[in-house]
Amino acid sequence: MGQETAPEMETLAQAWQLLIGFDAALVEIVGLSLYVSLSATLLAALLGVPLGAALAIWTFPGRGVLVVLATSFMALPPVVVGLAVYLLLSRAGPLGDLGLLFTPSAMIIAQMLLITPIVLALTREAVLPLKRDYDLLLRSVDAGPWLTLKTLIWDARFGVATAFLAGFGRALAEVGAVLIVGGNINGLTRVMTTTIALETSKGNLELALALGLILILIAILINAAIHLLSAFGRRYEVTR
Amino acid sequence: MTILTFDKVELTANNTRIFGPVSTTLDTKGITVVMGANGAGKSLFLALAHGLTQPSRGVVLWDGIPAIETRSSRGFVFQTTPVLRRSVYGNLALPLAARGIRGAEAKSRISAALIAARLDADPAKPAAALSGGERKRLDLARAIVASPRVILLDEPSANLDPATMAAFEASLLQIAERGTKIIVSTHDIPQARRLGTEFLFFSGGQLCETSNGQDFFERTQSDEAIRYLKGEL
Repeated sequence: MGQETAPEMETLAQAWQLLIGFDAALVEIVGLSLYVSLSATLLAALLGVPLGAALAIWTFPGRGVLVVLATSFMALPPVVVGLAVYLLLSRAGPLGDLGLLFTPSAMIIAQMLLITPIVLALTREAVLPLKRDYDLLLRSVDAGPWLTLKTLIWDARFGVATAFLAGFGRALAEVGAVLIVGGNINGLTRVMTTTIALETSKGNLELALALGLILILIAILINAAIHLLSAFGRRYEVTR
Repeated sequence: MTILTFDKVELTANNTRIFGPVSTTLDTKGITVVMGANGAGKSLFLALAHGLTQPSRGVVLWDGIPAIETRSSRGFVFQTTPVLRRSVYGNLALPLAARGIRGAEAKSRISAALIAARLDADPAKPAAALSGGERKRLDLARAIVASPRVILLDEPSANLDPATMAAFEASLLQIAERGTKIIVSTHDIPQARRLGTEFLFFSGGQLCETSNGQDFFERTQSDEAIRYLKGEL
């Protein structure tokens, strides 16, 4: 480390070299991060979107409890989710025979559990006003439950996509859960956030900084996408 | 021939009766015009007839079958047009999807409905970009796209300019001529004269008068209807 001459600038320059050189270790870590968080978000959407829409559309006993639970789970601390999944997957745990602990699959499960409530609650928020506007028409044409669900999810597509991106952003930025269930094993379960934590504590700042820059870049891209989506979605909104 | 039966139909809200009791049978073809002042019960009559609102007492039957079970065989045009956040095409595809009609069949029916409702708009355009008059015609196209036997319209021309209203009425007359039963509410007396072959007059949630043909205007029976036609109600 060049501790003598403007160390910060030198670290930044080295980080930049790693970035533009597509450093192999860096690419692998970014790739695994994207794979784990995208898979987790897709699974969370598969579960959270229809459930969130259903909670907006239908009243049934226990709905209020479910809504409160989902909303509270939005703020779950990642380390707690990590701990729970660790206990489930550890060799002595109920799912220990699957041998998933310290694999990317375990990380996907943990992140999925973490962001499903986010996708669910944001989807519900997006569908709720539509359901109010569409209710009479859907009853008038005698749309069944399946068509009602499909229609409302599709017409809330911009809000649902925003929910997806918000979940993805949270998954990508999360460190506690993947650290516990992944174990931060070099070349196997090391993702951007866990690498930053490790390399920083080792004093290996250029790799940490390079990864940090990528995370910020992705966060900006996600927010730009959300912004564009909602601008596009407004074309379909009715002004009365 | 489609027969609509109201059998001792009542609607109560907070222990107050707001509609009925109404018993009547409509078995005519053509255009039934539902008249009355604001709050007379016209919209409630239409909502009950279509099965959108369930009566507190009594039954509403179409050819002997409860209204709620036969909604997909009718079309409904709302007082305030619900616009789906989709293209014009997507809006018209909904009633067809509810009856399992998709693909090429749906496409040709949608084109036909656009023509019948005289809506000259690009089907790919977001429906939210339509003007108020165009939205009303979109609602009419959506009501007839699945070839219903009956369509019900709740004050469809309340916010239309004269030219749009004339085109809308022409569409209705044409649709009726092709054999679709139409039940339409209005408080526009000249419009009622132009369209109606049968008249129902409501006041205070009660059906005060039913009559065939222009008799309604020539030999008005009830005090309420006489006062309404004179412009006192």
